[in-house]
Order: sequence, then C-alpha cells, then structure tokens
Amino acid sequence: MDKKTAYKKVAYYPGCALEGTGHAYNKSTRAVGKKLGLELEEVKNWNCCGAMEVKNIDPKIQTYLSSRVMSIAANEMGHSVVMAPCNGCYHNLKKAEYDLAHDEGSREVTERLSSKAGHTTYEAGQVETIHALDWIKDAIGEEELAARVKNSLNGLKIANYYGCMYTRPRHIFPEKDSGPGSESTSAPHFMDDLLAAAGAENVDFALKTACCGGAHTLSDADTSTKLVANILIAAEEAGAEVIATECPTCHTGLEMHQIRAETNFGIKTNVKVMYFTQLLGIALGLSPRKVGLQENVSDGRAALKARQIG
Amino acid sequence: MPIHEKHLIRPENLSTHDNLVIDGVDVSGDWSTFIKARVVTDYNEQIEEEISALPGGEFIHRCWQCGSCTNSCTVNALNSDFNPRYWIYLIRMGFEAELVRDKDLVWQCVSCNKCTYACPRDVFPEGVMKATAHWLELKGHTVKSPSTQFDEEFSSQVFRTGKIEDGRVLLGFFRRSGQSLFQPWLVVMIKKMIRGLPLVWLTKMGWSALFHPRTRGWGPAGAAIQEYAREQEHKHLAAVRGGHPEAMFDPAK
Repeated sequence: MDKKTAYKKVAYYPGCALEGTGHAYNKSTRAVGKKLGLELEEVKNWNCCGAMEVKNIDPKIQTYLSSRVMSIAANEMGHSVVMAPCNGCYHNLKKAEYDLAHDEGSREVTERLSSKAGHTTYEAGQVETIHALDWIKDAIGEEELAARVKNSLNGLKIANYYGCMYTRPRHIFPEKDSGPGSESTSAPHFMDDLLAAAGAENVDFALKTACCGGAHTLSDADTSTKLVANILIAAEEAGAEVIATECPTCHTGLEMHQIRAETNFGIKTNVKVMYFTQLLGIALGLSPRKVGLQENVSDGRAALKARQIG
Repeated sequence: MPIHEKHLIRPENLSTHDNLVIDGVDVSGDWSTFIKARVVTDYNEQIEEEISALPGGEFIHRCWQCGSCTNSCTVNALNSDFNPRYWIYLIRMGFEAELVRDKDLVWQCVSCNKCTYACPRDVFPEGVMKATAHWLELKGHTVKSPSTQFDEEFSSQVFRTGKIEDGRVLLGFFRRSGQSLFQPWLVVMIKKMIRGLPLVWLTKMGWSALFHPRTRGWGPAGAAIQEYAREQEHKHLAAVRGGHPEAMFDPAK
C-alpha cells in the first residue's frame, strides 16, 4: 500500500503532554485531520512512552513502555501505522522499534514485562511510527494542501523550529536522509514545505534543530532559558513574526522561557509561538478558536490580524 | 607555543612570568606561560569498567578522542567547562580526582543528542554523560542532582499510574527539590494560561492533579516494571565498588 492510502486512517497516540499543557496541539491536530478527511483512531488505554526521564532510570523500561503502545495499536486494534504528534513520543516509539530490531537484551526485557502485564509482546516491524508532519505531508502533500487553502497565511514570516528529538540520533530514523522526497536530519524541511503551501514565507532560520533544553526545563531552568533566548533572538533577527512548533515540550518551553528570559534576565522578545497544526488549520478555514489559539500562552492573534489572516 | 584548551589546566598548575630569560635568551612575551610538571599516582583504573556497567556507558571504550562531541555540544557552547571529550579521557585514564572536580556539572547534559549524531565511533556520548552522572551519585561523590530528582519523580508517577500529568510532575518536583511555587515567571505563566484556557479544561487539569489519571488495568504492568527497576538498581549498585545504597532509586517513593 502506498503511503497516501496507508496514512488515510491511522492509530493516534496523543501522549500525556497533549492531555495537559499541549492541549491546543491535540485540538488542532484532530481538527486539521478532520478537515482534510483523514481518520484518527486513538490508541486504546495508552500509557506514557517514558519521555526524557525513564531512560535515565533504565533505557529498557522506556523501550517496554513504548512497545506497549505499539502492541495495542497492532494486536488489539489491527493498525499498521501509529501517528504521534509529540516529538518525545515519536522519538521513543522509533527508538523502541530500533532497539527491538537490533538488541536481544531489549527484546528479553520487553517480553518479560509484557507477559507479566498480560498483553501480547510487540514484535519489531508490526507498525510504522510516523510524526504528524509525515502524516500530512504524505497523505495530503503540498499540492493538494495548497488547493484546499481557503485563508492564505498571506506571507506571514515563519521560523520553523523542529527541535532535537525529531532528527537525532540519526540511526533511529532509517527513512530520513534517504534520497529525494525524504526528510533531512541536518536540514529538516517538512514543516517548511507544508506552511509554504499554506501561503507562509519561511525565513532563513539557522536554529531549526537547536536544543530548547526541554529535558531540564524545570531542573536546570537557567540553562533552558539561555537556550530558548538564543532561539527566540535568532528567529527575530531572521525576521520571523511567528515560530512554528511541532512538539509540546518545545512549544511550552519556548513560551515558558520567553517569560522567564524577561522576568529573570531582562531579555524581551516579541516573536509569537504557534503549533504548525494551528497555522495549517487557520489556512484551511478553521476559526482560531477551533484550533485553540486562545489557549497559547504566547498570544499570536494580533500578529495574524495584522496580516489579515482569518 | 600557545597552549590549546588552556581552560582545562587548573590555574595552580600554570606558571606565568612577565619577564623570562632562559639560557641567556630573553623569551618574554613568547613563552610567558608554562604547565608545571607533576606526577600523578592516584589512578583508579576501575572507573571505566564501572561506568561501562551502567546504562548508557557501554560503548565508552570506542572513543578515540576526536572531540566531535564537545565541538557539537549544546551545553559546552554556554559553558566551556562542560567538556564530554575531556571527561571520557579522564575516565579512560582513571583520573578520578580530576573527574570529581566537575561532579556538579556532568548532570547538566540536556540530552539533545548532537554528540551522538556527530560521533564517528558510536560511543553514544549522551549515554556516557548519563552513566557518569549516575556513577558520581552512586559513588557518593555528590548528592542527587535536580535532574535525577526530576527523573525519579517522573518515573515513579509513570510506574504507579501509567501516565503523567504536567501539574502533578511540577508540584512533585518542586516538593522534592524544596523549591517555592511562587516564582515570578510561574505566576506570569499561570495568569496567561488562565486567560486563555477554557474553564472546563482548567477544572479538568486541577482535577487530574488531585485525582491522578491512570491507564486502565495498569496494576500488573506497573508491578512488573517496579520489580524490574529494583533488580536493575541493585545491579547498578553492585557494579560500583563502595557504592552508596542511599543513592539508589526507590520506585515506590
């Protein structure tokens, strides 16, 4: 089955963040999918993927946690594609997939924990994990997307911020860097492509895959604030009005440390932060409320109004 | 000759001269700084083996010191004392005393994986940083870092209920690390969130912070994970000679 057909109906793994601070990402992803005629079936009774933390206790527990989600999608729901919009979830499912295919020790621990938990052990290759970017890029594509735009982004200047976990480390993403049409780990462009098709002007942004310090956003907040300030300043210097995000941890980190940079370091920036699904939804004719724009801590409604968008 | 990576040499091991004459030749200006000769005898050749036995440290032996990790490092760009290549060198040479001087820096690795991406030898330096930080704590060289406290709070919530909830993690971490909730940035952030979030959602978030959302039927999975985690903690402690049991993670806490 080609990707265009395979991605029409996928298992959806929102993850913990999308039920909390990333609520607007969940809302806008679902709304955009519906608008584009793509079907999402939420993974039943899912659990946390292990995020950035569980691997520091023991990496094989994280492999098990992620494998349980894939096992439910494959064995209890009959899906062959799992879509995760959160970079952390996406990364961990991909990493579990790699480890289960290549490491005997990971397979043993996953089997032991799965049988004690009482579900079928996930076998590598049962599902393909994709990001929300792959989903829209491959199921719809730029051409069809451009044809469906009702409300162009009118040359809105956007810095596309992909973060760490979407591209690194390279070995867990075998489909990237694999020739024409594939995503690049050094200069990712899927979000740029989709937003350009929706009428945005992507600025030349050097910090696309820089780190926001998300893993230590609370435990080493000053480091995270410095890293985020670099990203915000670089985006502004590149002329961006909006930073588009594709990860709830990055997004919340940018919003939180934009405030913290001002309160604790006196660094003031004005660039707004929006999920790429919020921007796409608005371009497709959804109302700002429908994509949860009012929920963003960084309020970008005036920036859109100034460009007569929406 | 200039001394490269001069910041790696401790000031007390440097000798600086304004005017210097050697064998009747005035070398002032060109040769103003020397590294003092010293003899190191307190090697601990076990360090590499101990760190290799902890998760993430398995491939430290592959390193050939090219420095790609440090060159690509996010934290090094903010603080040049954060130097993965140098720490890997110290570990492999057994310079425990030198490594311990940086005991409260190693944990600051943000796991961006730029080093792992750049490493030509698949050392997985990000994992080595985590294993080294873990080793420093197990060995009793330093107390649990804020990062470890966060990892433990987060993981024990996942092990108990299958899921985490942002507010609950934040509260739990601030409690564990003894921080006040009344931080200026947090007050501004919460005010802005209240403005934008629908009332229903805020109620739901408050509700989940009190009544923990959980994965249905999580009991057996949670129990199996906790049992496995305890086994691993004992294994890690046993791998570190003279390890401190109080540095272990208790998933039930």
